[in-house]
Parts: sequence; C-alpha cells; structure tokens
Amino acid sequence: MSFDASSARGDLILTRITKEYGDFKAVDDLTLTIPKGSFFALLGPSGCGKTTTLRMIAGLEEPTVGSIHLGETDITTTKPYQRPINTVFQNYALFPHLTIFENIAFGLRRRGIKDVDAAVNKVLNLVELPHLAGRKPTQLSGGQQQRIALARAIVNRPALLLLDEPLGALDLKLRRQMQIELKWIQKEVGLTFVHVTHDQEEAMTMADTIAVMNEGQIEQMGSPAELYDNPETAFVANFLGQSNLIKGTISGNDGDSIIADLYGQKISLPKKRSHAVDNSIYAGIRPEKFRISLLNTPVSGNVLSGGHIEDVSYIGVSTQYQVAMPWGQELIVFEQNDDGVAPFNKGDAVNISWEPIFTFALRGDEDVTAGSEVNPEVLDEE
Amino acid sequence: MGKIRTPYLLLLPGFLFLFTFFILPIVNLAQTSTQTPIAGGDTGQYEQTLRFQNYIDAFIENREQFSRSFVYALIATVLALMISYPLAYAIAFKAGKYKNFLLVLVVAPFFTSFLLRTVAWKQILGEEGFVVPTLRTLGIISPSTTLTSTAFAVVMGMTYNFLPFMTLPLYASIDRIDPRTLEASGDLYANAFTTFRKVTLPLSMPGVVAGTLLTFIPAAGDYVNAAILGSPNTKMIGNVIESRYFKIVDYPTAAALSFTLMAAILILVTIYIRKAGTEELV
Repeated sequence: MSFDASSARGDLILTRITKEYGDFKAVDDLTLTIPKGSFFALLGPSGCGKTTTLRMIAGLEEPTVGSIHLGETDITTTKPYQRPINTVFQNYALFPHLTIFENIAFGLRRRGIKDVDAAVNKVLNLVELPHLAGRKPTQLSGGQQQRIALARAIVNRPALLLLDEPLGALDLKLRRQMQIELKWIQKEVGLTFVHVTHDQEEAMTMADTIAVMNEGQIEQMGSPAELYDNPETAFVANFLGQSNLIKGTISGNDGDSIIADLYGQKISLPKKRSHAVDNSIYAGIRPEKFRISLLNTPVSGNVLSGGHIEDVSYIGVSTQYQVAMPWGQELIVFEQNDDGVAPFNKGDAVNISWEPIFTFALRGDEDVTAGSEVNPEVLDEE
Repeated sequence: MGKIRTPYLLLLPGFLFLFTFFILPIVNLAQTSTQTPIAGGDTGQYEQTLRFQNYIDAFIENREQFSRSFVYALIATVLALMISYPLAYAIAFKAGKYKNFLLVLVVAPFFTSFLLRTVAWKQILGEEGFVVPTLRTLGIISPSTTLTSTAFAVVMGMTYNFLPFMTLPLYASIDRIDPRTLEASGDLYANAFTTFRKVTLPLSMPGVVAGTLLTFIPAAGDYVNAAILGSPNTKMIGNVIESRYFKIVDYPTAAALSFTLMAAILILVTIYIRKAGTEELV
C-alpha cells in the first residue's frame, strides 16, 4: 500500500479539473501548473473554488472531471494518506488528545520513520517552540498552534505543502509577522507551498506566483507585480488593490501606444497593456500613479482636466483625495506626504496627470464593479 | 449576607432529597445487614446483633449468582458498545439533516415501559414468535432448541434495554470531534483504520467510558430481564435480593447482598476509570 513518494516529485499539474456539487460548479474546467519549489498563492473571494481546488490536491475531494499529476505520477484518485502532500488546515486541526511532540510525530510514525525524536526537535526549533513539546494543543495560543500545524506538516518533507487560509484566525500584527516567517521557512526548507487565501495583501507579500480565482476559474495568473500593474480584467483590477476605471474609446495608434478618448480628453497607453477586444475600453490607473496639480501648473504625460477636490483624507504616509470629474465620476488619488503637508483643499479646481506607461486598458463591456464589492474580511467556509 | 447564603439555599432542596431518599435508606440498609432473627420471634422480625458474618454467609451462598451477574453485565456492555459505536458514529458524522430524527428513534423505546418491552421480547423469542421458527427452518438452531429461558435471552434483553444509555453518551462524545482532525489524520499518512485507532477512538473515550458505566452498573444489578426472559439457571444477584426481600423476608441477607454488590461495582468502576485514563481528556 505504501506510496513511492520519490517518483511523485516535480511540478503539480491540474488538467481540466471540474468539481460539481449537484448543480453547482465549485471549480470549472481549471488547468494549472504549479512549478516545483515555488510559493504559489490561490487568491479569491469566499466561494470562488480555491478551497475546493486545494482539497482536491490534498485528496480530500475527488474531481468530477479532470486529472491531477505530481511530476509524472497521476494522483487524481490516490487516497490522501498515500500522497506525499501535507496540509496546514484553516483551524489547524491539531489532535487535542496528543502532546505537541506527538502531534508533530504523527506523520513520521505512520510512515515508520526511525529517528522521530531528531526530526521533531529539529522542526520545533525551526518554528522556535521547542519548549512546548510536552504541552497539549489547548494550552497554546493561536499563533503557537499555527506554527505547530506548520511544523506537523513540514516535518514530513512533503513534495507539496498546502496552506488553507493559514493565518486567517490570527490578529493583524501576528499575521504580518507570520507572513514573513512563512516565506522564510519556505526558502529554508525548499518545499513547494500552495497557499489559499482571500487576503490580497497576504498573497502579494508571500507568493512568487498568484492565481486569482473567481467563480471556479482562474481569472489571471502571474507575479504579484504583473497582476498589480497589468490586470487583465476588472475583477483582478479591483480585487488586488484599488483601481480607477474610466470609460473610453480607442481613437488611434501611435507606434507602441494606443490613443484613447476619455470623455473628450485624449490619453495614450502602451499597446501591450491593452486587453480590449474592440474600440470600447475601460482605461485603468492605480490611485497612487495619479498626480494632482493646480490649473496653472505645467504637467507632463496624460492629463485629465476639469476636476474638483471633493474630499481629503489624511492617512499618514499618504493623503487620499476624491476628485470629482466633469462626467460625474469620482477618481481616487493617493499622494505621498513627502513634505508632510496636504497641499490641496476641498473645492480646489485641479488637473490630474500620470505617466502613460502606468495605464492599462480593459474590455469596454466589463462590469466595473466586479471584485470591488467583495468584503475580504468575510471568512466563510466554502 | 444574603448573597453568601443564596448558594446554600439553592442547594437545600437537592440536599434534602438526597438525605431522605439516599442517606437514610443506606443507613437503614446498613443497620439491617447485621441483624439476626429474634429468638422465638415471627418471620420477618429481626434484632441488631452486629453479625458481620451475615456478609460472608450471603456471599458464599450466592457466589454463582454474583459471578453470573458480572459476566452477563459485561457481555451485555460489550455487545451494546459494539452495536452503539457505529450507530453513534453514523448519527454524528453521516446523518446530516436526519440527525435529530435518528436521536429521537434511539430514545423512542423509553416512551413505553421497560417492563412491557421486556415482556414483548419474551413473545418475540417465544415459540409463537417468528424468530424461533425462522431459525429452525434455516437450520441455525435445532428443532428442540428454544430461546426463552436461556442466558442468551437474558443477555440480549439487557443489551437491548440499556442500548440508549450507551448510544447517547457515545453520540455526544463523537459529535464533539472536529471532522477536520480526521481529515488531518488522513493527510498525515494514516489510513481509515489507523485514523480510527489513533484519533477517533481516543477522542471518543469519554463517551465510551460514560456509556459502558451507564450500561454496566444497572445491568449488573438488573433482575427484570433475568426474571422475565430467564430461568432459575440464569438467576442474577438482583433476583436473589428481590426474592430474599419480598418472598423469603430475609432482610439481613438481602441488605448484605446489596452492600456487597455496591462495593463490588464501586471497586470495578474505580479500576476501570483508572485504566481508561480519561481524566485528562475531559
């Protein structure tokens, strides 16, 4: 019955995976390759199918259609206990009747590994909790339980480590600290991590590659910088950070650039950042890429004029402005507080400008609110 | 002052109840157990002579019934555990929306009298029931074999009657298990059997201990099943106590046997709880 883990090493390949529960498609024709040794994040709102995907990789669910390969080995129907894959569960799922030591030793003992003590102590040192070996899980804080859950999984040196919202139950400060530690541990042990989260900041901090999931499909996949700077859909543009999306039409070409008309004002944007299929577009600009200037100040790059400062919020490192434009849209602008003074006041007539290379273009028939009304703090089980 | 007295006032009804219906009878029973018949007195007239020899006499005379009680109770408890565990597991983890309905079904036998249900089993297992003819036709039992008035019927009756006492604590205990710990066990290279042995069973031990105690203790002292479904050869200590009290009017022996039974159960239960080691689980 034992599974030859040595042959099942390598990239994880999901091929045309679909998972149906009755009429509901939790995962819809998903194809994905997760390279060996990477820190990969599946990011999306509650109910997008990311946890279902993770459970299929772990073997806790079986796909309705499709196959899962680990390296050359087909593991689609392999039982969880025969897969060289371990999971850090959302609420840790530590064994309450066993000591911390025995919790960590559980997987090693099942596989009949000889030197359990050394392996457990080594991983306890890695998570910096060697003094807790004799305790029971209920005697530990949430952050400590989280580390033990991680230790219990990585002590087995799996081909793949799955993390299901591992930091969801921790407070913000501890979450930040654990993000950095997880990333460090991943580098240290050199395992493939697949991390499921609804928290875009968490995904961006830790992952090499992020797949943004929505309604059972992958919306876009890439490095955090690629996804942030060049989102292909309104969902990605809104779910990862904030975006200003302005309706317009393509009016011409200029070398590598596209000239677009936004409510009568001409702007340019790089061709390779346009995901439009026809002349109708939404031009997208991140709030921190905008610059605000008073009417008589000379500006370079793309300019949209006729704005009025509608609201000013001082946040500390930056100031957030809401600028009302002539066509009735309010744009959001983040200005760094370099000189420590908020230089614009409510009611000021201003122009907005930005470098053309920071512009991206989405299809004009997109739902501009997609991904923006999702409350990432809502943590329901999928 | 009022605030300090409140808890004691709340304890008062319970204390009075226990005093009247537990402490007083126990003391009375203890006194009776060392009495001897009044010389030249009528049947049922006894005087206190502090004759502790009563205990030894009673025990030696009824050794067989004592050991039979504990053997029957033990078999019934093991059978009830084997039947109840899968049942409680299924209700806790697999029943979904039918959970409450199934729990009601487990308790449903309590809606009719204990006695009636036991008499009903006498009919079912009797010559006129369908069980005996069916088994005979299938050749599982010989044509001359009967099921009533046998040890089998007594143990079966006890298993049946105490089943809910086993199922309910087991269910409560299994239902509390986080199913994700079972998933975690599978994830950590344990197959279904190992998961049961290493995770499910240890986590349900409080229920196993509670259920076996709630079955074993009343079963060891039971006399109804043996009286209705058994024969003189299946007499349990409960039957002896009953007949000593109500038929022979030998109060001291009945009292001595009661105390011996209580002591034996107490010792066995203490050893069992120590062995099961559930203190740290609760």
